[in-house]
Amino acid sequence: MTMTSLSRRSLLKSGAAALAASALPLGAARAQDGITIGAIYVGPRDDFGWNQSHAAAMDILREVPGVSVVEEENVPETDAVAKSMESMINLDGANLILATSFGYYNPFVLDVAAKYPEVQLRHCAPLWNPDTDPKNAGSYFSYLNQAHYVNGVAAGLSSASGKLGFIAAKPVQTVLSNCNSFLLGARSVNPNATVQVIFTGSWSMPVREAEATNALIDADCDVISCHVDSPKVVIETAEARGVKSCGHNADQRALAPNGFITGAESKWSTTYKIYAEALMSGETVPNLIAGGYHNDMVMNTPFGAGATPEAITAAGAAIEALKGGKPIYVGPLKDNTGKLVIEGEMDNYAPELEKMNYLLDGVIGSTT
Amino acid sequence: MSDAIFMVLMAMLGGAIRVSTPFLLVALGETLTEKSGRINLGLEGNLVLGAMIAYATSYSTGSPWLGVLAAGLAGMVLSAGHGWICKLPKVNDIAVGIAFMNLGTGLAFFFGKPFIQPTAPRLDAIALGAWSSNPQVQQALKVNPLFFVGLGLAVLLWWMLKNTRWGLIIRMTGDSAASARAMGVSVDRVRLLATSAGGFFAGIGGAFLSLYYPGSWSESLSSGQGLMAVALVIFARWNPIRCVWAALLFGASGALGPALQSIGFSKGYYFFNAAPYILTLVIMVLSARSQKAAHEAPGELSIVK
Amino acid sequence: MSLSSATSDLPARRKLRLDPRSAALIEASVIPLAALLASALIFSLFLTLLGKDPIRFFALVWTGGVASSFSFQNTLQRAAPLILTGLAFAVPARIGMTLLGAEGALVLGGLASALVAIPMVLAGWPVWLGLPIMALAAMAVGGVWMGIAGWLRHYRGVNETISSLLLTYIAVAIMNFLVEGVFRDPGSTNKASTMPLGPDWRIGDMPGTSVHWGLAAGVIIAVLLWVLMERTTFGFAARIAGGNLRAAQAQGLAVGKLAVASCAIAGACAGLAGFFEVTAVHGQANASLAAQYGFTGILVAFLARQNPLAVVPVALLFGALGASGGLIQRRMDMPDATMLVLQGIIFVTLLVSETLYGRLPFLSTEQAGDRT
Repeated sequence: MTMTSLSRRSLLKSGAAALAASALPLGAARAQDGITIGAIYVGPRDDFGWNQSHAAAMDILREVPGVSVVEEENVPETDAVAKSMESMINLDGANLILATSFGYYNPFVLDVAAKYPEVQLRHCAPLWNPDTDPKNAGSYFSYLNQAHYVNGVAAGLSSASGKLGFIAAKPVQTVLSNCNSFLLGARSVNPNATVQVIFTGSWSMPVREAEATNALIDADCDVISCHVDSPKVVIETAEARGVKSCGHNADQRALAPNGFITGAESKWSTTYKIYAEALMSGETVPNLIAGGYHNDMVMNTPFGAGATPEAITAAGAAIEALKGGKPIYVGPLKDNTGKLVIEGEMDNYAPELEKMNYLLDGVIGSTT
Repeated sequence: MSDAIFMVLMAMLGGAIRVSTPFLLVALGETLTEKSGRINLGLEGNLVLGAMIAYATSYSTGSPWLGVLAAGLAGMVLSAGHGWICKLPKVNDIAVGIAFMNLGTGLAFFFGKPFIQPTAPRLDAIALGAWSSNPQVQQALKVNPLFFVGLGLAVLLWWMLKNTRWGLIIRMTGDSAASARAMGVSVDRVRLLATSAGGFFAGIGGAFLSLYYPGSWSESLSSGQGLMAVALVIFARWNPIRCVWAALLFGASGALGPALQSIGFSKGYYFFNAAPYILTLVIMVLSARSQKAAHEAPGELSIVK
Repeated sequence: MSLSSATSDLPARRKLRLDPRSAALIEASVIPLAALLASALIFSLFLTLLGKDPIRFFALVWTGGVASSFSFQNTLQRAAPLILTGLAFAVPARIGMTLLGAEGALVLGGLASALVAIPMVLAGWPVWLGLPIMALAAMAVGGVWMGIAGWLRHYRGVNETISSLLLTYIAVAIMNFLVEGVFRDPGSTNKASTMPLGPDWRIGDMPGTSVHWGLAAGVIIAVLLWVLMERTTFGFAARIAGGNLRAAQAQGLAVGKLAVASCAIAGACAGLAGFFEVTAVHGQANASLAAQYGFTGILVAFLARQNPLAVVPVALLFGALGASGGLIQRRMDMPDATMLVLQGIIFVTLLVSETLYGRLPFLSTEQAGDRT
């Protein structure tokens, strides 16, 4: 699988583009004959999680004059997605296709991009390689771990026991990074904090997610967060058991009126507006857009009743620090088997972090 | 260490009670159906449709128990369709079951879209662990009334099949349609009624999923529990009491994976998560050869012929 | 049946009297087509009640599944794995076994082919030699996996429906364990996968099409299995055993061997589907191998009435529904589950129509009374 190494400069550039674009009201752009943007989701578009976060951003685009949006949900990561993309191109005349699930990229987005060079395809993960991959393909993604770091800060100051729980779908890089950042956030305010992780082995399996939540609470965790496709069950189970929770991917505040602290969310609308803008003005659609707090690509859900006043203050300060480029991973850091994994200070966008395959010391759990 | 073992055991007890109920209700429904000589492989459809209807009803009316009833009725209607079609000559009951699994799931997903987001009133649990000061014991013994409905139903079914005239008619229909007919029993009607009642129970099993545990409606809610429960009936050898043990075992072993990870034992969690399936297979391999097993199967059942 | 034998004496029917074979053929085409029409009508009613336009719906199914070269190839490609998994259910069904395990055999077969390929790719073996080895590995592993269900059934008395279902869940666990563990490619950071085989090892599309070779393989194997089941002693014995197990045993047929062999053939078909998923679709093995093709194959086989040849058109029908499902979502603002409902209605209607076989009055033959 190809890995993109991102230079900090390219990120900052895209950050500037993001700011420039969000300053421009979209409707004011000179609309072309009309552009069609297709979006493909791996699950239901109202899943209270990953797919919903994209669908909500598409709904914003839908309101823009001159843009029509076509969507398909529940498209598996098989040749079905290649055919869905081709169908959008051939039958709907799509100009841009947003493939939002990780496994869509290789080989499906790559094949379709090579076959239809006049259509732009953008995929939501850091996979596009400028040297080898088609020029009409590209990547966009957010460093959601920054928002999970803020979750950790707020959770660390809202927890009585300092024991936090994290329900993870699979031991893959984004999940591990979110979990580790959650720990580091909590440790920045409570050096004794721990994060206990349970892997469910599946992106969406509600019964096992509920079991995992219960198991963590039985192990004395009093704040629960997660990285699964649809966090609704986790948040609701935690609320029913009377413990606090931090959300993931979408606004889950309403699900836990008593215990919700805050949640990590991506702001896909930032990226999608840049794309629509570029298409309508006939400019090149950027191949690579990535970022976090510094360029308005992630956010934290407004605080809920579970957040203590100290947590709100500290989380707000953490957000400001992240916007200013404060690094999350500051060495020396060991993984939880005792191996030194990070020596010095890591830039929040350092390519090394894209290879993360460990859980840091302080996280209880194993990746295999 | 003994603490950790206690935790895992408590989690498995709690898991057995929490997770087993839908398996139990579906398995009991299937037992009744199969005792009458027909197999309905489609109860997964009832489970999913029941879950959706229960959630939607609870959300719209504010009464979760009305949701339970609606789920049962939806399951009954679906299974009545199965029962009616299967009485036509040359129609294969297994195939019709799979068709209804498809149809039930499809209808649930189709009409369930608007109910993924909202939060509906859910069923309450009975706190049976109030005597203990240990929070884990308290948690493990928080039991939903539907679990007791399942237990009561198991005893009732067992007693009814064994001791009543109705039970005799159902068993006779299941063992030999010809002799049932000779006794003046309408085989088709008995099977229609048994299948419909079984569908009702399976629908309630779905209500448990969406209204209690995990307590939410989503398209990935079931992950094949209804299909597995139907298979458990063969494992339980058509005995309602053994269905209880099978469901409890399945629930407890399902809790094993998360519980072991919560005490920091997580190597190979895929296999712990697959524990219910592995354990069921091992027990079947060890026990199935007995002559008793063949003897207990209803003679008319296409799947054991 | 009584109805047809009663009417067959009428002089007016004499013109339509047919030899049994062509009567059966006409029956086998007229009844499913009528059932498809009926399900279209029922579904149209469903749509009308929801305020949607049924004509537009079926026009879109036509556009998305058949009308253009792109759409038709979309249908063909989606049908390819379903032919093989459909066969995986149909073959053991002829001997009376209900095997729900094709999904597991597909997953493990695909995994096996990806794993045996790794040393060959690294050693630079020629692709023409490597691909058949991969296919054989996939078929062998799939065959053994399903063979277990057959063996357990015959020699341990374990019901094959439940064991094959359990084996499927276990197979997926094994695949996940290996793909996320020892065989994980270090580059696959966010979706655990085995080592990518590279473009040279992808089998590619059939010339002049954008449909992969799995379709051709499926059609060839369907024909071969039809010959096996209809024209050989093996198939004859399997059908006897499927019709009446005790009679077959009484005649001294090796029922156990037949059962294991049928399951192994089924597993080999599913394993081969896994091979094509790896070499034609994914280029590696990962969790996406478990894409429910094994379960959809059960529907395909039932609708094909377990006839290997009929599996092909039925798989095409499912392919067309899959191919047009996206268009329905996009153009009619209806959920993806719309196609599930339609599938369910088609399935139920076709099964109800089974009852009509041998009872169509206009197809009476001399021997009509003998047919059951």
